[in-house]
Amino acid sequence: MSSIIKKEYDIPANDFSLAGEASSNVRKLLTQLGVNPTIIKRTSIAMYEAELNVVIHGNGGKARVEIFEDKIEIFVFDEGPGIEDIELAMKEGYSTAPDSIREMGFGAGMGLSNIKRNSDKFVLESEPNKGTRVYITIYLY
Amino acid sequence: MKLNQIVDLIKGQIHTCTDKMDIVIKSACGADLMSDVMAFSKENTMLLTGLVNPQVIRTAEMMDIQAVVFVRGKKPSSEMCELAEEKGIVLLSTDLTMFTACGVLYKAGILGKGRECE
Ligand SMILES: Nc1ncnc2c1ncn2[C@@H]1O[C@H](COP(=O)(O)OP(=O)(O)O)[C@@H](O)[C@H]1O
Ligand SMILES: [Mg+2]
Repeated sequence: MSSIIKKEYDIPANDFSLAGEASSNVRKLLTQLGVNPTIIKRTSIAMYEAELNVVIHGNGGKARVEIFEDKIEIFVFDEGPGIEDIELAMKEGYSTAPDSIREMGFGAGMGLSNIKRNSDKFVLESEPNKGTRVYITIYLY
Repeated sequence: MKLNQIVDLIKGQIHTCTDKMDIVIKSACGADLMSDVMAFSKENTMLLTGLVNPQVIRTAEMMDIQAVVFVRGKKPSSEMCELAEEKGIVLLSTDLTMFTACGVLYKAGILGKGRECE
């Protein structure tokens, strides 16, 4: 089935105040489409966490979002340093975020598990020096 | 409880969306760590925090939080107020500490809804 809406967003590096713009935009789209609020919230949380990771850890990247009749697919990727041990990165509480990020209220190491919890399908691909790719699927029904 | 009653209880100052004082708040969460708000808060429509930066507004937006209270006398910047107005989020501030502000509201019947630690 072809998608109803297809969008691509730049996620700029080093501009923490802009992190969340893409997620906010997707949120507006879903609201306009009349999507169920619980699903909008799950999508927002998952995408915002993925977006934050690209800003904080990935040196900036992109998000591609496709909305289908029955699902939302979000692909967030960067060409940053990548993740050496994915299993460890997924653990709640594990974080390599610097203190400066913690002072901003983030870096508690809850992000990846939070994305997983809020998605119906979640795939994380990463290798050192080969960037990070996060695939999120959320069903609309 | 309506926001205007909350403003009275915490002797709050209103920074944005003055037209929204009729919003009813049933539950709230208090945190300085936005990561925790994202991971643990459930169905809460108000956030009390000592953290002051634009990501607080963005976190509130993603979490369907309609009102943010800055505690310990902290005030939002004009940049934050602009962002909050645009998103329709009420910003309040109080001189009370986090503990006292939460306590006053809890005593008045505001609940806290969260995911328990696993
Ligand atoms: N896009 C990314 N690029 C590189 N490393 C990442 C990326 N996303 C996550 N990580 C790594 O995984 C860890 C855990 O991520 P997360 O659960 O979101 O917690 P936090 O962002 O709070 O550190 C991060 O601290 C970082 O080491
Ligand atoms: Mg994260």
